[in-house]
Amino acid sequence: MSARATGMRSGRWTVLQGQLRDRPSLVLVGVLLLLVLVIGVTRPGTVGPTWVANTILFAAPLGIVAAGQTLVMLTAGIDLSVAAVMTAAAYVAASQSYFGSIRAVILALAVGLVVGLLNGIGVAIFRVQPLIMTLGMGLVVSGVLLVYSLKVSPEGPPNVPDIVRTLGSGKVLGFVPNSALLWGAIATIVIVGLRQTGYGRLIYAIGDNPVACRLAGVRGWLVQLVTYVICGFLAAVAGLVLTGAINGADLSLGDVYLLPSVAAVVIGGTSIYGGNGGYAGTLVGALILTVLSSLFTLLDAPDPLKQILYGAIVVLLAAVYVRTAGDTG
Amino acid sequence: MKAAARVSRRIPVGPGIARFVRRNAWTLGIYGLFVAVMIFTISIHPNYGPYEIESLVVGALPLAFAAAAQACVVIGGGIDLSIGAMMAVANVLAARYMLHHDFQTAVLISLLILVGGILAGSLNGLIAVRTRVPDIVVTLAMSFVWGGVALLILAKPGGGAPDAFMALSSGNLFSPWVPNGLLLLIVVVSLVWVPLRLGRLGLAHYAVGSDRTAAFRRGVRVGPTRVFSYALGGFFAACGGLALMMSTGIGSPLAGTIYTLSGISAIVLGGVSLAGGRGGITGPIVAAFVLTLVPADLILTGTDPNLGQVIQGVLLVLVVMAGGLAPLLRARAIQRRVQAG
Repeated sequence: MSARATGMRSGRWTVLQGQLRDRPSLVLVGVLLLLVLVIGVTRPGTVGPTWVANTILFAAPLGIVAAGQTLVMLTAGIDLSVAAVMTAAAYVAASQSYFGSIRAVILALAVGLVVGLLNGIGVAIFRVQPLIMTLGMGLVVSGVLLVYSLKVSPEGPPNVPDIVRTLGSGKVLGFVPNSALLWGAIATIVIVGLRQTGYGRLIYAIGDNPVACRLAGVRGWLVQLVTYVICGFLAAVAGLVLTGAINGADLSLGDVYLLPSVAAVVIGGTSIYGGNGGYAGTLVGALILTVLSSLFTLLDAPDPLKQILYGAIVVLLAAVYVRTAGDTG
Repeated sequence: MKAAARVSRRIPVGPGIARFVRRNAWTLGIYGLFVAVMIFTISIHPNYGPYEIESLVVGALPLAFAAAAQACVVIGGGIDLSIGAMMAVANVLAARYMLHHDFQTAVLISLLILVGGILAGSLNGLIAVRTRVPDIVVTLAMSFVWGGVALLILAKPGGGAPDAFMALSSGNLFSPWVPNGLLLLIVVVSLVWVPLRLGRLGLAHYAVGSDRTAAFRRGVRVGPTRVFSYALGGFFAACGGLALMMSTGIGSPLAGTIYTLSGISAIVLGGVSLAGGRGGITGPIVAAFVLTLVPADLILTGTDPNLGQVIQGVLLVLVVMAGGLAPLLRARAIQRRVQAG
């Protein structure tokens, strides 16, 4: 409707808008470049290879957790337990590092897999609404973690395992962050997997029309179950990368990632109602959000103001996206 | 078609009580759950008296209002993840401006805060309606905005309110068995909810929540009605913030955050469908009392108090699973009967 209205006003704008609607990621890349430009202008000399490397380092946990969130949202679900899983994975790894790094990492990833499996069973088999299921699981996970933390570490703060620290904050050739390589690998698998594999196409199909899928003989519940398991796993990986990057773990480590993980997906053009979008947009969305918060830090804004602006800009970006892409939901 | 006709004949639509029970099965269930939990409490805590009731009411009041707020929004077909943050804003506003003032000023300030809550809720609704961004995303982002506003008003816990104001929730006017907080809850909720249910606006509210397109074709103004449901949510969230002030005695910019999640737990337990247009406001409020009572009971029985959150999560998921299972089993039974002839 809005396209028709603008069409009457100006032909050229319609053509432009048509272009933008076909490639909404262009808008996103534009926003990203604009933000980088703002940083470059307000703080000359900041933007350089080191800055780019550090930005990617900070964006990696968000990018990885948002990958799982993208998959879940493509099936018309949502996972609100990712923040709790990130925290739990990081904390478990840190508190178990005494018994060896490998064991710590395996246990941390197991946390993600188990939570994902429980979410999947609830959503896919018992048909609980994803919002409620993952919300409840989030409460359970952070509650269990609280009890665990009181039982396991009365003597001193937990210690981040060496492998995790290397993964989160180490750099290859002194320049490319290790976590960026991991992120790149995950991104490639997710993007190619969504396009090329049968499972990837089924994710879109389930999100778009579950009834048609069932009539076509697809085992929808299995697709959903696997998707939630993958999401839990990726959240655990993101938690490890995060705890390695900041070299510490506490009980509210992942909390700040809940809104960004949803926002990166939505800004990136994946419909919350399922069946539409992809990981490439989410990737740019995660970078935009990271650059945005580094801009606030550079401008030395007080915390409350930072929070207000962050929320407002997320709404604004989502609104711009909905306008240009003409996605009325 | 034939099968459907047969099925409908086999399930008689009984008049009167049977029909009422079937329609309100879930709400009656939550009342039953409350009674059961209450009986359990009294059995493990024999000298349960006015003091315990008062502390239950004072403790449950903020959650009850949060549940009412979320119920209003969800019945109207939306969801508001910023209710906890709005409660925090109301809470710190009250704590900051009521300190060292008398009762009249405090009441005036709380009226202003209630108006502010309505405006804040309307802003959430307006953004969701105008931008067409999904409600979850808008309100999740707005929870950051309101959280930031709360921190701007009061950076760390502090402030206070006159004792007379606090007594609105904790004292008792008529009988020690009926705390003021309970009366306050009943009066505020019924003053808002009863006229609403009787009028056209309430009908529109439910209609928009259950089917937006159908409501639009029937001539309901969908946009304004949705904004209205958010405004109502904002009002109850502000009530919740004030109740939080009454129960804790100080303002804290972060105290409200848990109420977003517990509020959703309460409405789901209380029989409000997240799809919208179904459920009432008493169910969620009773569920809020259950959710406050259960962790307290478990502590009394010697469970680790840190497990409170786990219990809430498990309760939420199990109840919803059970609720989802009942229609599924009924559908299977009907199918079997149809197949049998």
